Amino acid sequence: MIRDYFRVLLVNLSTGQRTISDIDGRNTVAGGSGLAAMLFGKYGLPGKPWDDPGQPLIFAIGPLTGYFPLMSKTVCAFKSPYHDQYAESHGGGRSALSLRFADFDALVIIGRVKSPSALIIGSRRIDLEDVHYLWGTDLQVAGRILRRMFPGSGHRTILRIGPAGERQSPMACISVDTYRHFGRLGGGAVMGSKNLKAIMIHGDGSFPIPEGDEYVKLFEKVHTEMTDTDMMSKYHNLGTPGNVAIMNAIKALPLRNLQATTDQATEGITGERFADVALLRNAACSGCPVGCIHIGFVRERFQKENRYIYRQISYDHELIFAVGSMIGVMDCFEVLKLIDVAEKMGLDVMSAGVSLAWATEAFSKGIITEKETLVPLAFGNGTSYQTALHHLAIGTNEFYQVLSRGTMKAAERYGGGDFACVLGQEMAGYATGETFFVSQALGLRHSHLDSAGYSYDQKPKGKTIENAVKFLVQDEQGRVLLTSMVACLFARSVYTDELLANCLKSVGYGTLAENMTQVSKEIQRLRWRMRVGTGFRPELVSIPKRFTEITTWKGQIDSVFLNGLKDQYASAILALAAPEMNKLTESG
Amino acid sequence: MKILITPRMERCIGCHSCSLACARLVHKSLSWDTAGIRIRSAGGLSTGFEARTCLACDPAPCVRVCPTGAYSQRKNGGVIARKKLCIRCGDCVKACPVDAIYLDASGEPYVCIHCGKCVPYCPHDCLEHAEISRGGFAAEKKGEETGEAQS
Repeated sequence: MIRDYFRVLLVNLSTGQRTISDIDGRNTVAGGSGLAAMLFGKYGLPGKPWDDPGQPLIFAIGPLTGYFPLMSKTVCAFKSPYHDQYAESHGGGRSALSLRFADFDALVIIGRVKSPSALIIGSRRIDLEDVHYLWGTDLQVAGRILRRMFPGSGHRTILRIGPAGERQSPMACISVDTYRHFGRLGGGAVMGSKNLKAIMIHGDGSFPIPEGDEYVKLFEKVHTEMTDTDMMSKYHNLGTPGNVAIMNAIKALPLRNLQATTDQATEGITGERFADVALLRNAACSGCPVGCIHIGFVRERFQKENRYIYRQISYDHELIFAVGSMIGVMDCFEVLKLIDVAEKMGLDVMSAGVSLAWATEAFSKGIITEKETLVPLAFGNGTSYQTALHHLAIGTNEFYQVLSRGTMKAAERYGGGDFACVLGQEMAGYATGETFFVSQALGLRHSHLDSAGYSYDQKPKGKTIENAVKFLVQDEQGRVLLTSMVACLFARSVYTDELLANCLKSVGYGTLAENMTQVSKEIQRLRWRMRVGTGFRPELVSIPKRFTEITTWKGQIDSVFLNGLKDQYASAILALAAPEMNKLTESG
Repeated sequence: MKILITPRMERCIGCHSCSLACARLVHKSLSWDTAGIRIRSAGGLSTGFEARTCLACDPAPCVRVCPTGAYSQRKNGGVIARKKLCIRCGDCVKACPVDAIYLDASGEPYVCIHCGKCVPYCPHDCLEHAEISRGGFAAEKKGEETGEAQS
């Protein structure tokens, strides 16, 4: 529904109260990232811990959600158990369009329900149902039962947590419709802390489209650009796993806890290899004709008499890196088995894999022993890693409980901080160099998608710290605009500022279209205010020694550039987080 | 007259582009539901997708039970829908053996009119707008008007 305000559903799990509010701000924060930050400002408790029942769990969509192709993502915001600060995590599946058709711009959940429950939302329904019998179930089992219990097949989203989320592990994700996730920074633990096993949103509403033919014609143009040109072929063909071979070729693929950046053995886990032997089919987020989700299969023999089971598992570059190259597992089926274990337990695969890479090196150095790890961890030993992932999810012993709070937490306890591959959180699968390391270490989401540092690293020489900082700040601003619409960032080359403005105008958001630049600046600042206001100190961030020890296609890492960039980007972030000062400067 | 068929649903990725196109172009709405073709997951995403759409019955059970003539028989299968005649009794929904008609909250029915507008939006060519001959239910004549929705 097009409206110049936000329709926000607030659910208090402690009291059962449900409130629908009209909240102003469409022309200042747009939606998505901007709306989530604004709502955290309204409902968040900066001085209280992440698991205080009063803390909000926020899901927000944008002004273009559902109206144009690839406007298909939802922004989830919360105070993170990983660092006890403001965090955003983005997910797709059917979550965004379900919220659209349930007719809410945002869902805010506060409080804690006594018995494990599921929240069920539709355009004509808001219920909280006791599902204590699902507590302890893995994501596959929970998904099957929930699908049977609630209506709306194909036109709903089911967000759910596994045992890791129930245990409130900072590495717990929120699973979205089986193959997508709010993966990072512990959103699953926030649901767990609220005793919320699942959120089911039934997208059963409908709205008239804008009058006139401008909108329909523009939709046609965007759809054609997305599907008929080669712009999206990267995501359609091999998908992001195509990056494995590319990164390996330029010596930028993290291998064996970033002890190396290239290895011939990665041939076993390239996107090409997956496509040749393990790709079963593709799937898509609703509203996206590209269909970047790649689903592979594994089959396992469970009886001698040729009896098999098979499973379907989605894979991406980041997952292949985390439980493949990073832990030396170079067989695509072994990688899929590891993804499967992590998925079922509701773990963030990226953090889990990178943390086990650290544990493996720590094990080999004698810093920890099998007393801690319970299984002999060794790079390439997929069977041990399957067991270790299980331990990590359920926190079998003190070691896994500490490790599941983050690799650096484990390093603080046991030693080995120099080789903890942590950039704000466990690293993403790009070892492209200084700019990427700084951008993830200081980025608001600690994601490779905060800004294109990995791309800047690959530009020709002649870079300066000043230019790199300018690039990171400007690139983040552009991405923040997209994540406020809320576009999939894979569509960023199609959705230029001009096209976004036309899209907004065509559905009736002319004022927003006219002020996009100023609005995106304000959103960028608002988000940083939330982050810094909850305790982030960018000037104190350090980048572990391991990141300076690697060699890429450019040669050794330039530590002087790295540290200089880190310090100056930290200053830029603090300036962004102080809007009043900025305004004074600008007006002066 | 051509009808909409869904011969390659094994290729479906669940993007809903067809449903959204029908809602947008035929029914002037933004919706998953108010569309002549609707996509459901067949027992969870891991088992693929199925399309709920009109199979172009001839004679059509929904036409037989429609008390006002809002639904009339379309040549070679399916229905011609005249919205202004509909009294929202919902009998068509009950009569449809394949759950092809969606009834919105106000009781208005939505069914595929076999116009084929959804077809080009499918990225995997799952759908087809084709002349189909089905034994005694042949659809041979060409050039006749499609069953456009009339308000």
